[in-house]
Amino acid sequence: MDLAFIQLGLGRWLHILAGVMWIGLLYYFNFVQVPALAEAAKDNTGAGITKHVAPRALFYFRWAAVVTWLAGAMILGSHFLEAFLFLKPAYYPIGVGAWLGTIMIFNVWVLIWPNQQKILGMKPATDPEKAKARRVAFLASRTNTMLSIPMIFFMVASGGVFRTAFFAM
Amino acid sequence: MKNPLDSLWGTVISGIVLTIILYYIVRAMLP
Repeated sequence: MDLAFIQLGLGRWLHILAGVMWIGLLYYFNFVQVPALAEAAKDNTGAGITKHVAPRALFYFRWAAVVTWLAGAMILGSHFLEAFLFLKPAYYPIGVGAWLGTIMIFNVWVLIWPNQQKILGMKPATDPEKAKARRVAFLASRTNTMLSIPMIFFMVASGGVFRTAFFAM
Repeated sequence: MKNPLDSLWGTVISGIVLTIILYYIVRAMLP
């Protein structure tokens, strides 16, 4: 097993596996849990979701984000700066994807997770603080859902026949 | 003006619009 196989082959596999878990859970939060909790608030039946489902989902969500980002950085390897600093045209598409992914992991760890801890009662917070935390976490989560659309496009369009098809190079 | 991120459709449409904008920016950057 040579180094390129681990870095590019297994690295890409791990990147996509963890990415599916991260973005899958992001879509679960936005398309399923948030609307479900809004419905549940009307008849006070959301306690089970916030107590048993949300903390588990958030655990896999935030750590899958870390694995995805690290595996992505591993795949870029010595081309990391070329991608992030747009130094070579061949790395422009994945550079955009990498920046979007980096903004998204920032949102997960700096905006979503600390505020979710307040919302779910893992950290002490007053009612106004909880209300503010709910809005910040919601908007950060929606921002990530929006950014995931171009992020996945640039991942898909960054290599092989797909790069040729989209960028004629 | 309403924040498009308050609705799911607004979020998805914003993501598609952003994709198209970024795509043309990258294409314009290419030599």
